Amino acid sequence: MDLTDTPQEAEFRARLREWLAKALPSLPDRPSPDDWPGRRAYDLGWQRTLYDAGYGEVHWGAEPAVRMIFLEETEKAGAPYVGANFVGLLHAGPTIAAEGTEEQKARWLPPVLRGEEVWCQGFSEPDAGSDLAALRTRARRDGDDYVVSGSKIWTSHAEVADWCELLVRTDPDAPKHRGITWLAMPMDAPGITVRPLRTLAGSNEFAEVFLDEVRVPVANRVGAENDGWRVTMVTLSFERGTAFVGEVVACRRVLGELALAARENGRWDDPVLRRRLGRLNAEFRALWRLTQWNVSDSVPGVGGSVFKLRYSHARQELYEAAAEVLGDPAALDLEQPWVLDRLSSLSYTIAAGTSQIQHNIVAERVLGLPKGR
Amino acid sequence: MRFQLTEDQRALRTGVRELLTARFGRERLRAAMADAPALDRDLWRELGDAGFFALRLPEAAGGVGLGLPEAVLAFEEAGRVLLPGPLIATQLAAGTVPGAATGETVVTDVDTGGTVEWLAAADVVRGDAEGAVSVRSVDPLTPLHRVPVQDSGAAVDVPLKSLLTAAEQLGTGARVVELAVEHARTREQFGRPIGAFQAVQQLCAGMLVRVEVARAVVYAAAVTGDPADIAAARLLADEAAVHGARDCLQVHGGMGFTWESDVHLYLKRAWVRARRPGSVTECEELLAAGLLAEAG
Repeated sequence: MDLTDTPQEAEFRARLREWLAKALPSLPDRPSPDDWPGRRAYDLGWQRTLYDAGYGEVHWGAEPAVRMIFLEETEKAGAPYVGANFVGLLHAGPTIAAEGTEEQKARWLPPVLRGEEVWCQGFSEPDAGSDLAALRTRARRDGDDYVVSGSKIWTSHAEVADWCELLVRTDPDAPKHRGITWLAMPMDAPGITVRPLRTLAGSNEFAEVFLDEVRVPVANRVGAENDGWRVTMVTLSFERGTAFVGEVVACRRVLGELALAARENGRWDDPVLRRRLGRLNAEFRALWRLTQWNVSDSVPGVGGSVFKLRYSHARQELYEAAAEVLGDPAALDLEQPWVLDRLSSLSYTIAAGTSQIQHNIVAERVLGLPKGR
Repeated sequence: MRFQLTEDQRALRTGVRELLTARFGRERLRAAMADAPALDRDLWRELGDAGFFALRLPEAAGGVGLGLPEAVLAFEEAGRVLLPGPLIATQLAAGTVPGAATGETVVTDVDTGGTVEWLAAADVVRGDAEGAVSVRSVDPLTPLHRVPVQDSGAAVDVPLKSLLTAAEQLGTGARVVELAVEHARTREQFGRPIGAFQAVQQLCAGMLVRVEVARAVVYAAAVTGDPADIAAARLLADEAAVHGARDCLQVHGGMGFTWESDVHLYLKRAWVRARRPGSVTECEELLAAGLLAEAG
């Protein structure tokens, strides 16, 4: 058990800190959350900056421990998030790298690394949420094309994406996991309609994507026809537990800010609230240690589901505590800090598999309990 | 950063587990209930021979020369099998109290709250046990005394004892998940194993999550020795053991409510350990104060 950086890790960290201190002050101002073209340009620009400085591939080539240092240090320094590059860098890209042909890799990977193209994800459907393999968007072969019809939901950055990693059903008669195919769909193809989806937090973070007889070349298929489920699963464990490194760092900072705010407004004198914040400190320290534990594991283990279950709950508890610190009516005022975050945090126990489904996965796959009903 | 266990640490864990499985199985556990308040001194000396008490003592002083992470792994194993006796007090006394390191001498201490475990069985008591009164202990495997004078045990290293307590709780928490899962797989109702019911699955999965999150912070606290990490470790390990044992009892249904089942022994021991100094309130206050200190 060793929590210190190796000499190589320490050197990476030191050089990164030095570079961030120089690079961040010259960044342009952040665009408003509703300015999609502005956000696209900003996020791509940041990726280009990383690429030019030699950090473009840190999500791909680097050891998990090095990636963790990158995410920790960029968050601490207040650097931009991965933003619009998320799917390209963390999902579609690694999928293509693992399962694509040489031509496919040459076509799609460099523009992602250089911050030139944005990808979005067309996985979830209105009737295929936690049960993703129940997806029904249909693709039939017509010459050198697939003709795709159906609808996707919860697609981030669809408004500004160049490509969509799309899961379609190519064999409706096969068992549900065996009739799925992975396609790269150009977002400017005729027949695609993108409709923003307003969340309960008021933001247009997601979109619905409607597909009406969209033609996607067969050459855009990654992996074999009907092998798309396996192709997708290959990269789901790709990030190896580093997905939430930045967020845990940020939550710990917020927790410190809550303590200071509570001292400022006198609520710190309430031992119930004070101890609640102390308990959250334990929670996020443990989540940080669990991240380090998972990152050090040589094979992706049970850590991912365990982490997600605990973290999603802890994040919601953090912003519940924030409401206590703010008091009334500040806790109900959208202009106050943390109030929007409290709303956004509600998605965490739902997105990427609800906590209920995650519990079932842990029970069946990790603990070996019989299949539930 | 290589947080996972080293080869040597894995070997140590396996060694301790094999020793305890061979020497302190279920029959010995039930027999120990009849022996209490006396301790199995042969087993105690065997633990001494195996280096359990001298684990952290330098080799020059006749010890094993290992560190806190190894001690935590050993105490986790002790917690798995509910090994009885003032194990932590005796290990902390190794090198100071003659015979403690070898298992010849059983050492207990008066904790800062005025509680003494295993007073009658101990050869040496650290702290002032004058006027100790016997308590009818809830745990049949932890005889308890109460000392009227407070703070009589201030000499004890509270954070260290709290960390090793957390390690024992972690072992108990991990073991009760296994017991619950074994039962849920085999016990049938309505024509199927009860583990096929999602409500039971959710209980078991929740237990595992608490254990694995606690494990990360207990091990980290053993590496850093940081008081805030130790406080976090203790809070989460107490929760993993106490809440886990209660859920394990629930999964066992009526059988879990019997004396014959072992489940109550895990819960009762977890309760006893959770009352040791470094309790919930102290840990939460320490961690709260830490937030202000860190945020400036």
